[in-house]
Parts: sequence; C-alpha cells; structure tokens
Amino acid sequence: MKHLISPLDLSTKEIDDILELAEDIEKRPDKYTDICKGKKLATLFYESSTRTRLSHEAAMLNLGGSILGFSSSDASSAAKGESVADTIRTVCCYADIIAMRHPKEGAPIVAANYSSIPIINAGDGGHEHPTQTLTDLLTIRAEKGRLDNLTVGMCGDLKFGRTVHSLIHALVRYRNIKFILISPEELRLPSYMLQDVLVKHNIKYIQAEKLEEVMSELDILYMTRVQKERFFNEEDYIRMKDFYILDADKMKMAKSDMLVLHPLPRVNEIHPEVDKDPRAIYFKQVQYGVYVRMALILTLLELI
Amino acid sequence: MSTLNVGGILEGFVLDHIPAGKSMQIYGYLNLDKLDCCVAIIKNAKSNKMGKKDIIKIECPIDHIDLDILGFIDHTITVNIIKHKVIVEKRQLDLPKEIINIVHCKNPRCITSIEQGLEHIFLLTDKNKETYRCKYCEEKIISRNV
Repeated sequence: MKHLISPLDLSTKEIDDILELAEDIEKRPDKYTDICKGKKLATLFYESSTRTRLSHEAAMLNLGGSILGFSSSDASSAAKGESVADTIRTVCCYADIIAMRHPKEGAPIVAANYSSIPIINAGDGGHEHPTQTLTDLLTIRAEKGRLDNLTVGMCGDLKFGRTVHSLIHALVRYRNIKFILISPEELRLPSYMLQDVLVKHNIKYIQAEKLEEVMSELDILYMTRVQKERFFNEEDYIRMKDFYILDADKMKMAKSDMLVLHPLPRVNEIHPEVDKDPRAIYFKQVQYGVYVRMALILTLLELI
Repeated sequence: MSTLNVGGILEGFVLDHIPAGKSMQIYGYLNLDKLDCCVAIIKNAKSNKMGKKDIIKIECPIDHIDLDILGFIDHTITVNIIKHKVIVEKRQLDLPKEIINIVHCKNPRCITSIEQGLEHIFLLTDKNKETYRCKYCEEKIISRNV
C-alpha cells in the first residue's frame, strides 16, 4: 500500500504514469465514471480549504465513489483533544482512502504510520502539498508540452509557501530546469531548500526582488499568496502582503508563450485584469487539479 | 597544585576527552541520574591535547548504557570499556543514523508540538555537516551545536 506524503514519494516514472492517466481522464471521462463505485474517500481537513477539499471530493464523485469527512478541526474530535493517530485508526474503519490537511507539519507522516488505507497529504502547514504539485506538473505538461528545459519563476512567499517547496522538489528531477526565485528578503526560500535541493542537484538559480527585472526570462511564472496564517506577527504580514502585484503592464514584459500559474486562492497578488490574458491559466489549473486527483485516487487504490 | 585521584573501576566505562563543560549535559543525556551505580565526574582536568577536558567514570555492567547518543553529542569523545580493571576496548564513536527522544523539535509548527505520545525523531541527513532533520517537519539541527 502506498501513501502520498511528499512529491518525492513518487518516482518520475510514477509521476509520468499519473499525468498520463490524468490526460486520458480529461479526454475520455466517461470511461472512469463508475470505477470507484462502492469506495469511500474521507476528507479530514483540520484547516479550512476550498479548492483542495472540493477538488478531492469532486474527483471521487466523478469516479462514482462516495465521500465523508470534516472541513475544520472544530467539527472533529480534534477539538476535544483527540490525537491524529487515534482519529486515523477510527476513520480507517469508515473509508477506503483518506485525504488529509493539517496545520502541523509532518501530521500526515503520523497518519501514515497508523493507517491501514492510503493517505493523501492535502497540505501540512508550510511543509508539503504534493497534490498541488501534481496539479502544477499536469498543468505545465499539458499547456507547455514538456516538463524539462524550462525557466521557472517562483514569486511571493517562498519561505512558508509549501506549494513552492513541493514543486521545486518535483521539478529538479527533470532536465535543464532553471529557477528564478523572486521574493522579499524576509520570505526567501529557506536555506535547506537552497542547499539540500538546488545546490545538491546542481540546479541553476538566481534570487531576485523585483519581478519586472526578470519577467522577460520566464517560461513559467508561479505566483503565490503571502499567507496570513503562517505569520505569528500581524505587522510582518501587513508589511509583506502586497509586495508583488502582477498586472497587465508587467505581463507586457513577458514572453508571448509564458504561462502564469497560481495555486489559489489569490488575494491582491494578481490583478483581476490579468485574468483575461490567455497566458493566465490559473483557473484551467483548477480543472487539471480534479483530473490529477482522480488519477491519484485510482493509482493509490490500485484500480488501474 | 594538588592532584585529584578517583579510583579505578572494576567494570564500566571511562568517557575521556569530553570538551570541558559538557560532562553534565552527557550525564543528563545518558540518564545517569537514574542508574544505581557509582559515577564520577571530573571537570576541567588538565589535557595536553585539549587544554582542559571533562571525564566521566561509570561503574556498571557494560550493557547498561546506550552509547550511541555520545556519537551525536560529540563523536571525538574517547570511550574506554573496562572489565576487571583493564581497558578491553576503545570504542570509536560514529554519528547515529537516528536519534529518538534525545532532543525535541523546536519548530512550533511541527506535529510533535501537539501529538500525544509521539517520539521526537531526528534523522542524519548530512554526515559531513553533522546535520540531522526532524523526521516530521525537516527542522534542522547540527549535532555539535546541541
């Protein structure tokens, strides 16, 4: 039995297989409508989410399965002090697969230690968010036609942004990837990511503070939100939250085939005027998220 | 200057070349306070190699102490194993691959900060830099800085 806790739990071959399956699901959805009939997905969301929870639930429903779960820790026995280990051992009696989001980093590892059914990490604090990574990879591959030979700009909160960390982990395994890391100094990529991932894999990268100075170099611009919930200090959050705003003027500096991705939700970091630019594909990315989670559920349940 | 004499031991350990000032930390990590045996701590002893050093002598059966943790604290410490008052082995210390419940993860976002009964586990991720990372959140610690 396999879990998905970190993107590195999957080999590039396994990732390629999931992306291929997701592409087939996109092309021939009818083929998959009943494949999970009788199976149940439990969504255990100790932290609120719109897209990730609904996306997992939509994926299971599209496959003909059922869903159950909770959408905040207040609605679960966690509010009474129940441990993750006990909750998981209980939910294993009700479901066939679990998608779990938890504000504490490493919680899905604890869950996997006690689970008799596959665990999908749907985000653990500022640590990992592997299903978003699969979504991002599928979006890039489907829209760009490749996952290698890319200059990828990561912009915004690179310190706490788990989607950024997970995507970097995944992309360094492909050939000729260059990163441009755009952030204020306080929100730079943690040193362990620089040293243990980029330097270790001989990946080219530069750090920049101004988005407009690097726009013309990018094949992909991955925008992120400065997340209020990651700050202990409100003042720091207010100072950082509007550091980057992507607007139509900045888009003029970009290549004609550059793509803008965002894990969403966005607040102010992408001006709504950018939405109508064909290079802005963050809402398409949401749809790819459903396909890739369908593919993941099928893979982890070994139904393919 | 007068010389302090601490008698030899029949069976047990002499931990030598402990950096001066670290002996009480090691006393704690090895849980020596819980052992019902004779322990001598010598602080700031003269050392040609180190200037000054600490030494710990422990009289106990040699399977009573897990020495792996010493490698984590400082793998340059000399461990002499004594039987019948004779040094029968000088054990080389190495960095242990994992350390359990020795240091606690300080990341307030780590699941270890709230989950009851969860062991604090750090895994050796870079031997050359003596780097360990929390199994759960990947928080970094350097063994020699602990």
